[in-house]
This record gives sequence, C-alpha cells and structure tokens, in this order.
Amino acid sequence: MTALSLKNLDISYGDVQITHDVNLDIADGESFALVGESGSGKSTVLKAIAGLAPEWTGEITVLGSPRGHGIDRAFSRQCQMVFQDPYGSLHPRKTVDATLGEALTIHGIGDRSARIEEVMTSVGLDRKFRFRFPHQLSGGQRQRVAIARALMLKPKVLLLDEPTSALDVSVQAEVLNLLKRLRREQNLTFLMVTHNLAVVSFLCDRLAVMRQGRIVEVADVADLKRGDLKDPYSRELMQISAAHAT
Amino acid sequence: MKKLLEIENLRVTFPTPRGDLEVVRGISFTLGRERLGIVGESGSGKSMTGRSILQLIRAPGRVTADKLVFDGIDLLKQSERQMRAIRGARISMVMQDPKFSLNPVMTIGEQIAEALLTHQKLPRREVNSRMLAMLESVRIADPERVARLYPHEVSGGMGQRVMIAMMLIPEPDLLIADEPTSALDVSVQAQVLDIIDELVKRKGMGLIFISHDLNLVSSYCDRILVMNTGEVVEECRAGELMAAKHPYTRGLIASIPRLDETRDELPVLDRSAWAKA
Repeated sequence: MTALSLKNLDISYGDVQITHDVNLDIADGESFALVGESGSGKSTVLKAIAGLAPEWTGEITVLGSPRGHGIDRAFSRQCQMVFQDPYGSLHPRKTVDATLGEALTIHGIGDRSARIEEVMTSVGLDRKFRFRFPHQLSGGQRQRVAIARALMLKPKVLLLDEPTSALDVSVQAEVLNLLKRLRREQNLTFLMVTHNLAVVSFLCDRLAVMRQGRIVEVADVADLKRGDLKDPYSRELMQISAAHAT
Repeated sequence: MKKLLEIENLRVTFPTPRGDLEVVRGISFTLGRERLGIVGESGSGKSMTGRSILQLIRAPGRVTADKLVFDGIDLLKQSERQMRAIRGARISMVMQDPKFSLNPVMTIGEQIAEALLTHQKLPRREVNSRMLAMLESVRIADPERVARLYPHEVSGGMGQRVMIAMMLIPEPDLLIADEPTSALDVSVQAQVLDIIDELVKRKGMGLIFISHDLNLVSSYCDRILVMNTGEVVEECRAGELMAAKHPYTRGLIASIPRLDETRDELPVLDRSAWAKA
C-alpha cells in the first residue's frame, strides 16, 4: 500500500512557483529521502504535505485519503512533522509536559499522563525531564522532545526536515539510531529532507534528488552506496559528499 | 618557522551559583603561518578558546594564561583600546551564522568598507575599488550589484562569503573561523572553504578553523587539536586523524555515518569513560 502519494504537485508562495510537477509514491513502512541544495524546494514539499504551505495544486494522498487545503484533524493523526532546529521549534515558555500534552488536548484524548510517559520512554528521555523547559535541555534532548511531540498522536507517517543538521556528529548518531529504532518498532513511514547523503545511506531505502523545484532522479539507496546515480547533478552532489568523507 | 601565536596554560572560568566553572582547562599550543583545526562537541570549549584569543570574553568570565602572545604582543596586557586596534586588523574572526552577524540595516558594500576604514584612512575611491575587488575574490560574480544589496537580500552562502570578505579586507595575519560553514549546505560549504583556503594560502596567513565536523577539518587543515571538556585530548597531523588513538577521538570518528553505510546502528560515545577526570 502507498503511505504517501504526491501527484503533479505545484507549490507556490504568492506569485513564485516553487515546485514543478512533483510526483512521488512512498510505500507503507518505507524510509524515503529528498535531497538537494538549499532553494531546491525540498522543504517546501514537506511543508505542503503538513499543511504549512497551503498554495498548492495537484494531489496529496496520505494512506489512501486525499488531503484538503485546510486544517484537517484526521490528517494530523496520520502524519506529523519534525523540524530542523530544535532550538527554534519548541515553545520556550512551555514545559516538555505542556508541549507533549497539547496535541492530546486538541484531539480530546484522555489518559494524558500515561501517554506522555510512554512516548518519553520510547524516545529515550528520562522522566525527570518532564517538567523542564527547553532551555534546560541540550540540543540532542530537545530534538528528542520534538520527535516525541510528533509521535504523541501515534501517526503512521513522519515528515522529517533535516532532523540532525543542527546537531553535533556524536549527538547526530544518537538521534539517527533513535529514528531507526522507532521506525522499526512502530512501523513508521519516513519522508526525510536532508542534504547529507551519508545520513540517507544510513536511514533510508530510496531517495529523490531535487533541483530547482523538480525531481531529477529517483534511486535506490543501494545505487547511492555503489555510487551509481545517473543524473549529472546527482553525481555532482555525490562527489562533493565523497570528497569530504574520508 | 616564526611563531604567530603562543598559548600556554589557557584557562577560561565562569562563576556560577555552584562555584566556578572552568570551561577551558589549561590548554597550550603554538601556531605558525599554518592551518590549525580545533574539533570537539558543543561544550568542549573550542569556541571559548577562539574567543579568548581575541579577548572577547566579558566579565564575569575570566581568562588566565601563563602565556598568550600574538606576534610578540602580550594579549593579556592589552587595554580594551589597544585590543580594538588588533581585532580585525591583525586577528579577525568569521562567525557561524551570516544571518545574525551582518548588520541588517547597512548595505553589504558599506559594511565591508567600514571594516577597512576602521583601521586605516583611505580615499573613498580606493576604498570602493578595494571593496569590489574583495567581493570578487570571494567569487561574487557581480560585485557592484551585490554591494548595494542588504544582507536579507542574499542567500546564506553568499552572506557567508560577504562576511569572509569583510574579515579579510584589512588583511589580518590570523583568521579565526568559528564553524564558518555550519549554517550552509554541503555544496556551498565546499565553495566557502575553498575560498578561505585559497586566500589563507595566498596571503600566508595563519588560520584557526573551529568545527565539530572531523572530515571537514581534516581536509582543510595541516594540524588538528581535539578538545573535550575544556582540554586538548589529542593533537595530530590532519592526515593521521583516522589513526587517532584517544578513545574520544575514535568515538567521534566512528559516529559519523558513511556514504556507503552498512552498519545497522551507529556507535555512540560512552561519555562516562573519560568525562570528569
């Protein structure tokens, strides 16, 4: 079954059209990466799916049901997003408890305390962090809170916007391991935006390379590992990454 | 080789309600006209080391050292006024994020010119031509147009190149680059570092490159210091980084995913083993 399908997706901000004719089919349980340089429109695709960029035409379908342009509670339960910067994406004056509990209140779900503790355990956050504020946590702990927040409604699809690029390599490894474990345990589907091809190689099954709002290539991660991408631009990206990895 | 910078037993301390916290704990190194990389995680004291060279640590923070000498000048004995003559002109620093480090209400051209005029009197025409030449040397294709733009009108990569231009126009002897490319894309990252590298080589400057990215540091530096909890745990030639011996360095190297990743799980640092000596 397809978890997420995009058809002829054109996204605009005002008069500027950001993406052109994006088509993707992501299978249930798959981990898919969108790569490309800044300005290629990769984050915009995630925003449109999450409902943060409402000016789009085409079709967005998540787990068989099409998405409208407005706020959609049923959709929020299926699909959640984790943002790039854990320093900016958490409300500075809300405790971890308030951040995690908000989604439950909005959706009228009870059993608040037990669910918060359950999610905190699954992302590896100790109970003692529950009533702390974001500024009392390290970058890696904050990103765990951001992931926990996205998991509160038990979604099936996670949209990840550069989830580790603001973190140190050692903390990045912890968060990547966490994402891999969560995907296995909860059978999640990932759509991840990144410019780090090594992260794609670790976490993903397939990738799409975007440039100037268009997808130029869709490939298996096995092809990436073999260095077997076809499009000249993908090859260029791969060479830059290879030059820095020793 | 003549030493550009000599540091012995540098310590940076901040008072906290629970007693003094030492964030840099007695580090020593010397630098010639070469490229030195300082790597470590956040909180390892690498940025504080860079800042203490420029005397940018404000009270209540305290900097002490047995020796902190730049080109024969004892930096610890300089007054604030004397330091201002050194900052920018002799030692300058490229900061991490162009979005927060450029003045949003000045055009790019004005800001670069200001960096030059602060340190020397020059006729306007010469300032202008040097400013444009500098923008060109950081590979900005259309310097006259870019000079008239404001920082929010340029991309992150271009903003970072503007900042490099601003830092290099007074022709300093030592450039401290504190995570100069962390806010940028991989493709732009390489460009920016190549520019720094080329300018440093051409002008025979010293470079201190502070970063948490081991691969990046090892490909752009001659020598590397690895820092953890305020101390230098390992010093090696850049080419020998992969043969590093200290468990902390080995742990950092192992935690980086590779392009042809086959490990199912990435090793993470066991901090209990060597933190808190």
